[in-house]
Amino acid sequence: MSGPVMDPRIAPPFPDAALPILQNTQLRKNVAHATDVIQAKRNRLVAEKQDWQELRTSGAAIRAHVLANLASYLEEFEKNCTAAGGVVHWAKDAAEARQIILGILREEKASEVIKIKTMTSAEIQLNPELEKAGIAAIETDLAELILQLGEDEGSHIVVPALHVNRQQVREVFARRMGLPELPDDPEALTAAARAYLRKKFLSVPTAISGANFLIAETGSVAIVESEGNGRMCLTLPQTLIALAGIEKVLPRFGDLEVLLQVLARSATGERLNPYNSLWSGVVPGDGPQRFHVVLLDNGRSEILGRKVERQTLQCIRCAACLNTCPVYRQTGGHAYGSPYAGPIGAILTPQLEHMRHGQSLPYASSLCGACYEVCPVKINIPEVLIDLRAKVVDQERAETKRWFDPMYVGMKAANFAFASAARFRFAQRFGRFGLRFFTDKDGWVRKLPNLGARWTLSRDLPGMPDQTFRQWWAERETGRGKEAR
Amino acid sequence: MDHRRVAALSHILPFHAGLPFGWHQTMRASLFITCYNDTLFPETGRAVVRLLERLGVDVDFLPAQTCCGQMHANTGFRGEAYSQAKRFVQLYRDTECVVIPSSSCVAMIRDQYAGLFEELGNEELRSQFADLLPRVFELSEFLIDKLGIEDVGAYFPHRVAYHASCHGLRSLHVAERPFKLLSKVRELKLVPAANLDRCCGFGGTFSVKNAEVSTAMLDAKLTDLLATNAEYCTALDNSCLMHVGGALHRRNETMRPIHLAEILASTKESTQESAR
Repeated sequence: MSGPVMDPRIAPPFPDAALPILQNTQLRKNVAHATDVIQAKRNRLVAEKQDWQELRTSGAAIRAHVLANLASYLEEFEKNCTAAGGVVHWAKDAAEARQIILGILREEKASEVIKIKTMTSAEIQLNPELEKAGIAAIETDLAELILQLGEDEGSHIVVPALHVNRQQVREVFARRMGLPELPDDPEALTAAARAYLRKKFLSVPTAISGANFLIAETGSVAIVESEGNGRMCLTLPQTLIALAGIEKVLPRFGDLEVLLQVLARSATGERLNPYNSLWSGVVPGDGPQRFHVVLLDNGRSEILGRKVERQTLQCIRCAACLNTCPVYRQTGGHAYGSPYAGPIGAILTPQLEHMRHGQSLPYASSLCGACYEVCPVKINIPEVLIDLRAKVVDQERAETKRWFDPMYVGMKAANFAFASAARFRFAQRFGRFGLRFFTDKDGWVRKLPNLGARWTLSRDLPGMPDQTFRQWWAERETGRGKEAR
Repeated sequence: MDHRRVAALSHILPFHAGLPFGWHQTMRASLFITCYNDTLFPETGRAVVRLLERLGVDVDFLPAQTCCGQMHANTGFRGEAYSQAKRFVQLYRDTECVVIPSSSCVAMIRDQYAGLFEELGNEELRSQFADLLPRVFELSEFLIDKLGIEDVGAYFPHRVAYHASCHGLRSLHVAERPFKLLSKVRELKLVPAANLDRCCGFGGTFSVKNAEVSTAMLDAKLTDLLATNAEYCTALDNSCLMHVGGALHRRNETMRPIHLAEILASTKESTQESAR
């Protein structure tokens, strides 16, 4: 089975990638159902919090403060983590991060590694690299395990197998675990996963995790999760490698008070995540004895330097914007061609790619603003989308082929027309004349050529009325003038 | 003289009750019709004029107006959007207030002009804009906040579903305003549509660039609207209504799109006239 392409460098543009998904009624049903369930839980738990808007404001303020002082907080984190017995590595891009992790694993002579769900590892495409090096990466998060065994790709930041339903999970487990009689009730499926994973937890001495937060003040790493698999990976192995984007740092331990609250409620609709793990360096005789943190830049410091886009890095990966997004609801995550799907993916992915790939993503939004409304750290996603669109258009301005893009030509022509009322009136007359050729007897347009065909794909267009408003007004004014005389 | 009281008075008094000259100061409002209403939906503009004049407002229309720049800004054509934004401010800076029957155009002005002027404009333009901004109103805001009227004396004997356009909902926060206005329309039966806060999938050039996804969103919206069994679907924006209405027409549905202004402008007299 060939899965969807989740590498933004080679993925098809969003509108093309969405096409096969729009035909997949089962997947769309799964996505709509799952997002409805999560959203309802989230809305209920947000509603019970009377100070929700204040919490959002605090969350946003903490994250913005971190970004404004990122260098010093990272240094503070490095100092405190090192003092606690951890080893901090700095990776400027995905390739360097992969190399660092591979280096550590080779030193450990690891042939297998257990993993906690981490978006950052998907971002740097770690698993294929490990496979090439002969190291088996075993995903221990239930959803990631389903995807790994089913040779599928994640489609959601928090619930990566959200597009798969129970019957499909049963099929994958039955086939890959050799359990032909497996029923499809949730208890049986989780029991099967538990039995499968338990052996790995007890036998594999090396683990890879991400990080929800890094605490500068204490040098700690925080992971929140729902299944306890993370807790296993953080306690049983001898060696632990945590991979984290540089923006994940928080100044103080006390900042978790705000961020754990908004994260749990926004992400899974819970008051607090079932498992909140925090660890600082190495404690002799307890837990991993060798601890590495890999801090990943991969385009982040470039984002940090941009005034409007900087807020992208405030993200705490709760995925509330995915669940509420009417576009994501129709397409699921695979259409975004990146591990980061939905509205946040639409702004993060092209920036991580230095605006060299994923240029269709900022346009994968109707700018309805639902994402901004739910964001627990107040990222104004529509504002960033519009700014990134301007960057994409500026790239196009430098190309000669722009004059063959009907959208570009149309926009330039419209701009010319809007510069004066006389030009605009002429454009209206010209438009009415042109549209007449496509207008049916009943005054409706059912089929247009070129870009217009994209509209008439599913929508008729009312033909142009005989009189524009301004013509009516002018006539009325003339009439009034006569009356006065 | 308080505008609100005057407006309220002229509303109680018979149609076009010419109050004695100098007895009150008439509220003056300049109509920014928007480029697509001007071109495709002149009926909405005529309705706004009818409605406001009935309420005693002196309506003005500056023929030099064209577009607010929203389409260019939202598609990434920043420089082009800036020149239209600048044009808007220079044209309207001396008006008493501007009424716009489109929440997305008002949102463009409120949310994006400041950023455009910050980046591309000068100090003079920024201060002119800051001065003008509080005088720019979406139609339902103008009626309720500026005139202080909820009952505009309209008559519309039909089942109506309200569609909340995203910009009105999340950028302008018009909240209950359209419902307040609709609830006072005589003989109008307001039927609630499910998932009111979900986008219809228009999104300007999104509907063309991502036509298939936009269509899927529209399908979902139509399911919710058709479930209301309403005769009309109304909204603050003809852009959403053109999208919803285009699909209704394609599917031979009887539900018809109608701008809020056209409902509010309807009176028993006008209904009878059009029936004749």
